This record gives sequence, C-alpha cells and structure tokens, in this order.
Amino acid sequence: MYDQIASNKRRSYLLIAFFMLMVLAIGYVFSQYSRLGYPAMAAALIFATLMSWGGYYYSDRIVLAMSGAKPVAREEQPYLWNTVEGLSLASGLPMPRLYLIEDTAPNAFATGRDPQHAAIAVTRGLLDKLNRLELEGVIGHEMAHIRDYDIRFMTLVSVLVGTVVLLSDWMLRSMWYGGGRRRSSRGGSGAGGILMLIGLVFVILSPIIAQLMQLALSRRREFLADAEGARLTRYPEGLASALEKLAADTEPLEVANKATAHLYIINPLTEHKGWVNNLFGTHPPIEERVKRLREM
Amino acid sequence: MTVAGWMVVVIAALVIMWAIAIYNRMIVLRNRIDNSWSQVDVQLRRRYDLIPNLVETVKGYAAHERETFEAVTKARQAGIDARTVEDQAAAENMITQALRRLFAVAENYPQLRATENFMQLQEELSGTESKIAYARQFYNDTVLGYHNLIQSFPARIVAGMGGFQPRHYFETEEPEARGPVKVEF
Repeated sequence: MYDQIASNKRRSYLLIAFFMLMVLAIGYVFSQYSRLGYPAMAAALIFATLMSWGGYYYSDRIVLAMSGAKPVAREEQPYLWNTVEGLSLASGLPMPRLYLIEDTAPNAFATGRDPQHAAIAVTRGLLDKLNRLELEGVIGHEMAHIRDYDIRFMTLVSVLVGTVVLLSDWMLRSMWYGGGRRRSSRGGSGAGGILMLIGLVFVILSPIIAQLMQLALSRRREFLADAEGARLTRYPEGLASALEKLAADTEPLEVANKATAHLYIINPLTEHKGWVNNLFGTHPPIEERVKRLREM
Repeated sequence: MTVAGWMVVVIAALVIMWAIAIYNRMIVLRNRIDNSWSQVDVQLRRRYDLIPNLVETVKGYAAHERETFEAVTKARQAGIDARTVEDQAAAENMITQALRRLFAVAENYPQLRATENFMQLQEELSGTESKIAYARQFYNDTVLGYHNLIQSFPARIVAGMGGFQPRHYFETEEPEARGPVKVEF
C-alpha cells in the first residue's frame, strides 16, 4: 500500500515531465514547419508550464465539470452521505467532497490530488439501482483509489494525456494544410525532410503512447482497489454483486469520454467483446474482478 | 581510545538512535489510537442524540410498549456513563439489542413506519450504526498495529521502559451488529 502511494507520486511527476517534453517537442516541430518559427516554441513552453501547474491543482475540477457532476449537500442525499462517511471512517481518511451526476447509467469515480483534496462522484443510477451493501462496496473501491493516490495519477492522465491527444490531432491537421506550402516554397531540403518525418512520427505516436499509458495504469490498479475496498467493508460480496449489476446494465454513460473513461469503476463506454478489446481495454473484465472478489 | 573502545561507542550510539526511533513510532501509534477512539466516540454520541427522538416518535403510536422504551433509555444511559472501552462495548451491545426490539415493535405500526420523521430517523440511525462499526474497525486495526509493535522483540524492551501499555479492543458480541436496524420494506 505504501509502495503504491510512492509509485503513484513518482509516476505523477514523471507524467508531468513527460507531458512538458511532449508539448515542447510538438512545439519544436511546429516552429520548424510553420510560419510562426521560434515564438511557437516559447508559446509551447508557456502552455506546457501552465497546463502542468493547472493540471496538478485543478484537474479534479476540470474532470468533474467535464462529467457534469454537481456538488451534493448532506441534507440532499443523507443515504449517500452516511455511506461515504462510514467508509472514510473505516479508512481513517478525511471525508471527500461528494458529487452527483444526473444520469441513469450506474457508475462512479474518484478524483483529486491527495486524500485531503479528494472527491467522489456517483451517478443517480448508482443510487437507484444498488442496495446499501453494494453501494458500500463501490464507495470502498473509490476510497481505496483515494488512499493510494491513484486519483492523483489517474486525474492527471485524464487532463494531460487528453491535451496531448488533442494537440497532436490539431498539429496533424495544420501541418497537412499549412506546413506543406512552406516546405515547397523552400524547395525542400534533406534535413528538413528528416525533421518533418520525426515530427510526423511524433504526431502519430503520441496518441498511441497516451493510449498505452492509460491501459498500463488501469488494470492492475482496479484489481488492487477492489481488494482494498473489500478489506475496508469486510464484505467482498457487496462489491462483487455491485459489479455484476453494473456490468448487466448496458446503458452508456453520456457524460463520459475517452479521456475520463479510465477513472470510472467500470468502463462507461460501450464495451465490445473479443480478445482484442480484452487486451486493450482500460478495465479488466468484470467476470475476472467478480471471480477474484468471490475467492477472497 | 582503542579501536574496541570506539566500536563500543559507535554501537551504543546506534542502539540509542534505534531506541529513540522506536519510541517515537510508539508515541505516534498511541496518539493515533486516541484519535481513532475519538472518531468512534463522535458516532456513539450521535446515536445517543438520536435515541430520545426515536423513542418519542414511536411512543406517539405505541405508548403501551413501555418496557421496550425503558430498555432503550437504560441502555443509552449505560453508554453515556461508560468510562472504559470494555464498559462502552457492553453498553453498545445493550443499545443495539434494545434498538432492535424497538424497531421490531415499530414493524407492527404501518402508519408510524410511513411517517417522514420515522423514516429519517431510521436512515440516520442505520447510517450511524454502520459508521460506528467502521470507526470501530479502524480503531481496532490501529490498536492491532500498536500491539504488534510494543509486543514484538526487541521493541518490547523500549515499550517496557517507556511505559507503553496494551490497549483494549472495542469488541461487540455479534460480528453482524452492523445490520440490526436494517428493515427492508
């Protein structure tokens, strides 16, 4: 558990460093192949710094806003509030902020940068479709993510990797239309061609790298959070039966997207069956998670 | 000084440094126990505050069930008066039992069960029950961690010198005491 915390903190800083490098590299390629030149590089530096700083301190709010989550007061949802308060007592962590997503698809996620600045968001569907023991199982899973600092890394991935993907998308398009003209006006030197090639590789690779990173972080983490959550509630069956219910519910969660999907307790996007998706899914298969919980 | 002399000094310094580290660790754990107990206590008080309301509400519909009310009130008083962890645990068992009977009584009065006030109290009480259970679980885990340290060798030498006494676990009789007021409609 303490290893997990240290590793998450380390990964978060690495991710920020990686993100800054990536943006600078993209900025460099851009400065070479557009009319903007070096100011583009400076802009990239400013942008990377601001995004990293903002990503560290505000990414939870960005993610919550993106998901359409509204803060919940104790009086509005005493049932949810009591459940979360119970599990925060069980884990010895401060009470996280609570958010509700008005969507009938049952799902939940946790976000924030540390246990003192954490938030849990659940959907209306989760409250309606689960009984108390199942809800405790789900909240226990989220509390485990909070305690292990999974939330810091996973939220940063959402915001920073999401930005890289958007940026390279946009770059690719502008190179296609803007960069080509400049190259032809210069007559196209050999060195420029190589740089162009590297740039292209970067631009093509970055979403793939981003995607792979998202995968690497989610699967083992989910198993671990399941196990720790079950340890908090001392009742693995609650989470197991909740997961089964969530899996049986085929309704997609409209507010989720590719950048936030890995935050949720089960994949909120429509899952396609088959071994390729099993290999590349952000979440381990539900059957496997349920099986492990039942074996505890 | 001779080489042997220096070695004795260095070893003694290392032992003292180790003892200080262990001592501080014990202090941290002991404070954590006190802190986690206060978390249990907050929830226990919350339950004591809710009980009179509940008794009053049920009384309005089932005034003749006097014995049940008295049992609840007595158990609550025992909980408030408890000074040690064991007394507290015994009193909490009494309260849980008494409340279970009270809710069984309430079962016979559909009108009572349908009132807003009763439903709110029921949600609050079952929420508090599970919070007590979770806070107790964390407290017991903390005590366990503390015991593991002060009873293991050689740390127990430091514990003996520093006067670190074992603490009591907060044990309730039934492991499933968490679900007593869970009434499915």
